[in-house]
Amino acid sequence: MTDATQTRHVPDRLNSRATRIFKSWEALLLAVAIAIFVINSFASPYFLSAWNLSDATFNFTEKAMIAFAMALLIISGEIDLSVASIIALASTAMGLALQYGAGTPELVIIGLTVGVLCGAFNGFFVTVLGLPSIVVTIGTMSLFRGISFIILGDDAFRGYPSSFSWFGQGYIYWVFTVEMLLFVIIAIIYGVLLHKTNFGRAVYAIGNNPTGALFSGIRVQRVKFILFLLTGLMSGIAAVCLTSRLGSTRPSIATGMELEVVTMVVLGGVNILGGSGTIPGVVIAAFVMGLVTFGLGLLNVPGIVMSIFIGLLLIGVIALPRLWAMAAARRTS
Amino acid sequence: MSTRPAPPISPDVSPMVSMDMITKTFPGVKALDEVKLNLYPGQVTALVGENGAGKSTTVKILTGIYQPNGGTIRIDGDSISFASPNDAAKAGITAIHQETVLFDELSVAENIYIGHAPRMRFGLIDTAQMHRSAAKLLAHIGAPFSSHTHLRDLGIANKHLVAIARALSVDARVVIMDEPTAALSHKEIEELYELVETLKSQGKAILFISHKFDEIFRIADRYTVFRDGAFVGDGRIDDISEGDLVTMMVGRSVDQIFPQSDHDIGDEVLKVVGYEHPTEFADINFSLNKGEILGFYGLVGAGRSEFMQALFGITKPSKGVCRVNGDIKVIRSPADAVSNGIVYVPEDRGKQGAVIGLPIFQNITLPSLSKTSRSGFLKLAEEFKLAREYSQRLDLRAASLDQDVGNLSGGNQQKVVIAKWLATQPQVIILDEPTKGIDIGSKAAVHEFMSELAAQGLSVIMVSSEIPEIIGMSDRVIVMRDGRIAAELTKDELSPETLVRHAAGITSPTEGAAA
Repeated sequence: MTDATQTRHVPDRLNSRATRIFKSWEALLLAVAIAIFVINSFASPYFLSAWNLSDATFNFTEKAMIAFAMALLIISGEIDLSVASIIALASTAMGLALQYGAGTPELVIIGLTVGVLCGAFNGFFVTVLGLPSIVVTIGTMSLFRGISFIILGDDAFRGYPSSFSWFGQGYIYWVFTVEMLLFVIIAIIYGVLLHKTNFGRAVYAIGNNPTGALFSGIRVQRVKFILFLLTGLMSGIAAVCLTSRLGSTRPSIATGMELEVVTMVVLGGVNILGGSGTIPGVVIAAFVMGLVTFGLGLLNVPGIVMSIFIGLLLIGVIALPRLWAMAAARRTS
Repeated sequence: MSTRPAPPISPDVSPMVSMDMITKTFPGVKALDEVKLNLYPGQVTALVGENGAGKSTTVKILTGIYQPNGGTIRIDGDSISFASPNDAAKAGITAIHQETVLFDELSVAENIYIGHAPRMRFGLIDTAQMHRSAAKLLAHIGAPFSSHTHLRDLGIANKHLVAIARALSVDARVVIMDEPTAALSHKEIEELYELVETLKSQGKAILFISHKFDEIFRIADRYTVFRDGAFVGDGRIDDISEGDLVTMMVGRSVDQIFPQSDHDIGDEVLKVVGYEHPTEFADINFSLNKGEILGFYGLVGAGRSEFMQALFGITKPSKGVCRVNGDIKVIRSPADAVSNGIVYVPEDRGKQGAVIGLPIFQNITLPSLSKTSRSGFLKLAEEFKLAREYSQRLDLRAASLDQDVGNLSGGNQQKVVIAKWLATQPQVIILDEPTKGIDIGSKAAVHEFMSELAAQGLSVIMVSSEIPEIIGMSDRVIVMRDGRIAAELTKDELSPETLVRHAAGITSPTEGAAA
């Protein structure tokens, strides 16, 4: 111990803001995104067309809306694998309401409400009964889509009003779609929520040490419940957009989307074990995934090969910093 | 590199292991700065130092978990380097760690021989041979259980014996004991001492790390002192007094006497009436006054921590009322407790106290976010201001405030946890074993700080199992036994005998029945 009279000075930060940004995962991901953009623009003459690029955003806008809420959920140490099934159930509910003559405003309200209720259902089992979220949501993944299958069977709901198609097919200005606007607004809301509010700080604290967070006076279960509600709500919004874009509801709608959402979140640098990750990372990851699938689509690459590509991209991008560190360690020794 | 270091003290024995000019740096922290350490065959060397002095880092380097950034390690004069824990084990170095990693679902024998079990043909484990060898080892160290016992069925002290047996199962030349007696009872400690004597007679070199001075003077032959990651001195234990060793360790003489503050005790702040829990405690009634330090003494399992956690809203009592400043308050969660000015510094700081993974400043501001933010939006400048203020107040040692709290030493983590709660400006602070496992210098600092807080009008509840601490610090003491209050003692009534008698439920014929 040094002299008690001398006050120890502990600096606020060691690294400057520029250093932190430069060394971040997001910077690496952004470089990957730019590289993919450049490669694509050489690979296909159709790539650098404003209308084509606008179409390409549909590849990721709906998934990304859910991914933002999922990012918070995964950072807090939980997960929701039922999101695609929530879309199916919400879409089915809208289709059913349509049969009874619901108009566009009612359809939207029903879609969002079903989403929130499904989120509350998941949240109840996880936060009130204390069950593991991965098990609960694997269960509700089958449950929610199962209900849709019972209601629809091999049928499909069609005949959505033309005003309803605005959400998934409308344009705000020139090539900018309604979904793109929603994507931007939701990204900003979640970015602010996670990085600039007390709620976001609580999410990080819970993800790093749920016991410690509880012992620090954070209402852990309440925060987690809200996160499930938000994920349900986002699935509801995605259901409205997707149903509107497709113009019909089948029980197989959005099958497998939950894994693409989780992939996007992890690619965005969110630790699958919780505790760290950022919204800007998820935004860039959304663009990376959208650009890759769109670029490959222009080159007539079949869907199954595309999924191989996305898988390799995920593993590659995640392994890169580790390989980097190993190479650096070898140089120094 | 060609000259061997001259044996520093005794010319007749040369060291078996010698670490020289060892340096180890972590991002932002120099954990070890050119330290040296010699271990001699057939002798016990005590490594002495405060928390954060670099003792654990030294152990990790010796066992190959960390690689030093500089310096040399020699065994029998040959310079070596360990690339992995396996290399160190091959060189005959084995360690019994502070927190040993054992496997609850495996048997004792499997725990002892995991990784180096005797083999039969086709690489299958020779279970019979393994149990025979394990039984021999267990008998050797006087363990009162069979090699077939499941580890999960053993208590903490017996688990420790398994760890010791495991360390001895490899044919070790160097045995490192990192606070081996922390979890052991008096009798088990005696048995450990015998074991150490046996190891010495077999010519093994022993590195012994302990915070307990009576232990060091009892079994060590030599000492080495580190302070803040630097070598301070070494020598024979016979040539030094306890006081000199303490002075070397802390760099100043420690006032062993507890701070005598004349803090005024004011009106009642907290009153607990009839707190009850189905299994852990019952019929808890007491009051706490402004500026008072109320000690809670009892044996392990007396229900003290369980009650404190109920008071803090972690668990729910089945019955009972809590009054804060005279008003009945319902505390259903820690958040309720904090908003009523009651805060709790838990015993398990790594798991319950600090949020490891978050930076220091975010740990400090976590319960105070409503104060440092505006309508739910964070204000980083305010957060840093608050964190700076309280980290200075507690003399926190860290590279920066945005450093992960997990990179701090135990004592500094404790400071962060206390800072976090003081920043909420509480009325009542509950400290659960505040000085457990921290060194003598930090202990004195914690005690001084506690009486300062009381002098400023904060009411302190101190749960402690250390009698000197209870007697030295408390204005009043509540003794708990089997989940109930066994006695409430004023400062004048306190004596080690009274405390132990009430805690253990022994009725003394001369003083009548215990309360």
